[in-house]
Formats: sequence, structure tokens, C-alpha cells
Amino acid sequence: MSTPSSFDEFLDGLWKQNPIFVMVLGMCPTLAVTVSAVNAISMGLATTFVLGTSCLLVSLLRHAIPKQVRIASYIVIIATFVTVVDYAIQAISLDLYQALGAYIKLIVANCILLGRAEAHAAKNPPLPATTNAIGMGLGFTLGLFLIGCVREILGAGKLFGVALFGDHFQPWVVMVLPPGGFFVLGFWLITIAAFRHINKKRNAQLQGAQP
Amino acid sequence: MSIELRTSPHQHSGRDVPVIMRNVVYSLLPICAFSIWQYGLSAAALILVVTLACLAAERINNMIRDNGNSLSDWSAVITGVLLALTLPPSFPLWMGAVAGFAAVWLGKSLFGGLGQNPFNPALIGRAFVQAAFPTAISTWVPAYMPHRFSEFIPSSLTAPFMVPPEIALWVKQQGMDAFTGATPLARWKFENITASSMDFLTGNITASAGETSAILILLCGLYLAYRKFLDWRIPVAVLGSAMLLAWAFHLAQPARYPTPTFVLLSGGLMLGAWFMATDMATSPVTPRGIWLYGALIGILTVVIRYFGGLTEGVMYAILIANATGSLLDQFNQPRILGGKKGKS
Repeated sequence: MSTPSSFDEFLDGLWKQNPIFVMVLGMCPTLAVTVSAVNAISMGLATTFVLGTSCLLVSLLRHAIPKQVRIASYIVIIATFVTVVDYAIQAISLDLYQALGAYIKLIVANCILLGRAEAHAAKNPPLPATTNAIGMGLGFTLGLFLIGCVREILGAGKLFGVALFGDHFQPWVVMVLPPGGFFVLGFWLITIAAFRHINKKRNAQLQGAQP
Repeated sequence: MSIELRTSPHQHSGRDVPVIMRNVVYSLLPICAFSIWQYGLSAAALILVVTLACLAAERINNMIRDNGNSLSDWSAVITGVLLALTLPPSFPLWMGAVAGFAAVWLGKSLFGGLGQNPFNPALIGRAFVQAAFPTAISTWVPAYMPHRFSEFIPSSLTAPFMVPPEIALWVKQQGMDAFTGATPLARWKFENITASSMDFLTGNITASAGETSAILILLCGLYLAYRKFLDWRIPVAVLGSAMLLAWAFHLAQPARYPTPTFVLLSGGLMLGAWFMATDMATSPVTPRGIWLYGALIGILTVVIRYFGGLTEGVMYAILIANATGSLLDQFNQPRILGGKKGKS
């Protein structure tokens, strides 16, 4: 992040092109594992690790991989790092491993990964490719975290496993069920879209005021 | 001399949306009054809170979208009153408010406001709290408790976001020896005991706030149909198809399946058929489409009640039929005068 351009690349993924709220990619883990904030963050960080490492490798090998077999090669690279993450999480915490279930292995099928490899890493040198990938990964983590927070607070009355409202909290069962995932995702999409809309309006007004 | 050129319609009956909506609200008032007489303060507070929540949601939506004031079309009032009537009278007030907000925001505002919504907003609100608070929404209290006008049912006044207290003990303290806490439908399903028709007529059953007196709902609905504020074909199709199917089952296995009368009078079928299925924004408009739509609701209700895991199926039956509404219209376009047969 020494040059401003690579910092821009980083911010791009984190906010401007946030994979969840702007590109609406990777919906499968977004809806499935965001029942609690801890699950959401671990899933996000696992994806960030795979994104960063696989994009670095794809970028390094970008001249060596023949065009015709590039997708298969990317998948092999991504799958390698997913296997690493899979074993690592299993070794660190078995509870977390069971909570995330098949979704760790399914990182392979997450379209953010293949999308980054194909659209960015394959065309750029290692440093910007990795920065962009990590920015995207952290953007994904941020999105999962925001959804996970709302679902955990309403669905269990807790945040990071700490009870917020005492013993008599009435959990909203729907929030830990699949529809809750859709409701909260939709809520954030609307909120962020409204925020952008207001920002755009204000910028237009500012520019109109000083011609 | 000037000649004015206009397209039809040239005459207007003067019935716009607020007039129709207001009349529906008037026709719901007797049902509300009966419910308050049965359940006392708690029912009154529930109807009030849910309606206010709907109005607040509508107003906030107006402010966010900056599109004027849509409170005056009375649609939010109908949503609120109908929603309150489908909830159990002991439902905590804060959950009622959640239901009201969910009804207006998820059921109506998201789709673009009144007339754009494919699903009945009140039922969306109920479906949301059914999924969110399954215990509270299936907790019932007996009607005609002795102190109902001087004290609330304890669960009504639960603090926001807290678990409502157990009401079984409270019911005992009120001098009731035995109380099942189950609706007639649940008792039929799990214990095979059917309530008598007389109990349904007097409202001496445990049920949601507004579905206890089938006869009163029928009268209010008939008034609306008479004034042409609702399409009489929808309730006729709903009740007719439910009755026919229930009758067929009853003939085949009288020991297992209840009488058609029980099916018609129990649960929310009357309220749903007259006030929810007939929602103008969510029901089809073509003649054949209307009959099919009504029949679908009746059949689905009976099927869910008999074979589903739930004791009551009217809510989901109407929501599913709502989803098919525009499709039914598309397939049942009437032949245009002068058009060829077999072509729409």
C-alpha cells in the first residue's frame, strides 16, 4: 500500500465494489453462515486468505498458464488453498468447523474467487493483484459481519456469544432461519443504496452550487 | 362552441379508494367490538397498538420516500385492524407492533405502496410474527374472563424484546379449573374432539381476537357484498370449495374427518374468506380467474388443515393463492367482443 493507486485498489474491494453490497456475489455463504458474528467473521477471513494467496499465485503464473485451460488452472489453485484453510480451521476449532460445515469447502465455488482471478489477478502484477484481492476479501468479511451482527442480536440476543439483554430476551426465531438471512441482506442493501443515493444527490447539489 | 373530447369512463360513481377502504373499516368495527367484549382490555389495546404501528410505518415510509401523505387512504388502518384480529388476544403488545411494521414495510411499501403489493399485507405481518415468535402466537386464553375489563392479560404488557410470562398460572388464579389452551382446530387435530356449532356462534372458544364469531363476520361480509365493496364470488368460491372438499372427506371417513360445518366455522376461514381473500389489490380481476382463485384458497385450507403440520392453513392458503393471482388473470382473459374463439 505504498502507492496511492494500490490503496485505491484496496478500498475498491472494501467499499466501492463491495462484493456483497454492490456486486451481490457469493450469496450462498452470505445467507448460510451469517447466523452469528463469529461464524461470519471466520468465514470472511477464510475467504480472504484464499483470495489473497490464490490471486497472488494466479498473478505470478499469469504468463505461464495457457488461455485455453485457465479456468481449470485457477480452480486447481483455489482448491489447493481451500484445502489448506479446511485443515487449518479443523485444527484450530472443531466447533467452528462444524458450524461452518460444508461452506468452507464450498469456498471453491464462490464466484468472488474465480471472478477476481479472471478479472483482475490474471491481468495485473502480483502486488496490485494481491492488494485488490485482500480488499475484496475484507469487504466480503465486512458484509458478512454486518449481516451476522443483526441476525445474532435479534435471533439470539447476543453479540459474539455475550448476552446483551439479560435472561428474558425473546429471540426472533425467524432471524436464525433462512428467511432471516434474506430479510437482513435486503435490509442492508436498501440502507446502503439509500446512503449512496443521498450522497450522490448531495454531491450533485454541491457541484451545481459552484459552477 | 367548444366540444370536449374525452375517453371513457364518462360517469364516475364517486367511489374512490378512501371511500371503499373507510367502509371496510366500518364493517370491521362490529367484529372489533365483539372481540373487545370477549377479551376486554387486552384485545382493545392490541387492536389499537397494531393499527398505530401500521400508521407509523406508513408515515415513516412517506417521509423516507418523500411522496406525500398516504395515511388518508385508510389502507394502513385496514391492514392494522385486520392484522390485530388475526392475532391471539394475549399476544404481547410489542410483538403486535413488530407485526404491524412488518406488515406495512415487507407487505406493502417494498413493492411500491397500495395497489402494487402482490400479497395481503396483514397476512404478511402475521406470517412474519408466526415465524419469529412461534410460541407467543400459539398461546391462547379463554374468552369471557371475569376481570377482563379491569386488568390486562399478563402477557400483553411484556416489556419490549422480552419473553412473555406463562399465562397458565394466571388462568388458574382467575378461577378456571380446567383450560386446554388449544383452539378447536388443534383439539380436533390432536385429540379428535370437535367443538359444537353453538360454541362457535356464541364465541365461547379459544381463538384469535377476531375470528370467534362466524355469524358476525358473515353479516359484516354480507353488508360489504351488498354495498358492492367486495366481490361476492370470492367468499362464495372459498367457502364453497372448502365445504365441498370437507364434505367429501367426511362422507368417506366420518370418524376421522369433521363435518363441513365445523370446517367452515372454525379457525380463520370466515374472516379470511370475507376480508383477506377479497383484498382488491391482491386478488385476480377476470371472472374465471376469481373462481379459480377462491377455489384454490378453499382447497389449500382444507388440505393444510387435514394433512399439514399446522393446525390452521387459511393464512398460507391465501398467501399462496395471492402469488398465483396475476398468473390466473393472464390465463383467463375473457374473449374480447368480436374476437375469435380459442384466442385471447
